Amino acid sequence: MSDSHNNIEHFDNEAGKMGMWIFLFTELFLFGGLFLVYAVFRTKYSADFHAGASELNSFIGTLNTVFLLTSSMTVAMSLTAIQKNNKNLALFLVSVTIMLAALFMMNKYFEWSHKFEFKIYPGSSVLKNMNRGELLFFGLYYMMTGLHALHVLVGMILLSINLVKIKRGVVNMKRYLLLENSALYWHLVDLIWIFLFPLLYLIT
Amino acid sequence: MDIPLPAFIPDNLINKDHMNNETHISSYSSLAIVLIILLLLTMISVTVTGFHLGPFAVAAALIIASIKVASVITYFMHVKFESLFMKLMISGVFVIFALIIIITFIDYLLR
Repeated sequence: MSDSHNNIEHFDNEAGKMGMWIFLFTELFLFGGLFLVYAVFRTKYSADFHAGASELNSFIGTLNTVFLLTSSMTVAMSLTAIQKNNKNLALFLVSVTIMLAALFMMNKYFEWSHKFEFKIYPGSSVLKNMNRGELLFFGLYYMMTGLHALHVLVGMILLSINLVKIKRGVVNMKRYLLLENSALYWHLVDLIWIFLFPLLYLIT
Repeated sequence: MDIPLPAFIPDNLINKDHMNNETHISSYSSLAIVLIILLLLTMISVTVTGFHLGPFAVAAALIIASIKVASVITYFMHVKFESLFMKLMISGVFVIFALIIIITFIDYLLR
């Protein structure tokens, strides 16, 4: 602490983390709105949602859940590593997290392209001829998993920045707020998927 | 540059850990145990919903998902070891979030 006092620099880890949490709350409500729309339409068109959900591949969904849960652990461990001044282990664990995220996105790519082959995508002729409920189901499916995938991409970018900063020693044993906040963001991505997965893939 | 905290803020509201460098560090083993629990819960969720229990499957899946989310927040997101202020803020927002979702949905159902 005395170093930062000499440099007349104000650094508050607690406040930085609090700011991140407040941002995460806004993210929560963003997805919350979509979950609410899903709940309402699911009640209104339960048979169509049943038909729509049975078309999703629950194996891919489960695999992606495993990837995301594991990556959440590795990013939490990377924070432990940096706090214990184990730079190489931290670099390794962040890299593993990015790799798992890439695997998630790859799965998503295969999943979506498989749907596209059957001409199931927003605005397609096949989708337009489906029942109203199924149209809504796939609309929500693409919107929710798409917005989630966008968050995965942002998380991957954030974690890559962390890799560079850890390597350069900017993120270190004493200053790890960037990694801590990026990890919090990554956990939020995981949290949202924990709800998306059963709602879209499992409950048919 | 140390601004004294107002006296009315009780000590335990502020995380003193950062001030004397005694931040709680999660152990690798505890994080691994949480992951194992999360994976087990996922397995249970997949199995239970496979039985086609109708509304019960929905309830079971949502309850399991909530337990998973709670463990991620508590251990991975480290909230268990944050200051009382952070705990209150985070749990408060999640309660409001749940209320908004539940009340809005009940409003729709009873129309």
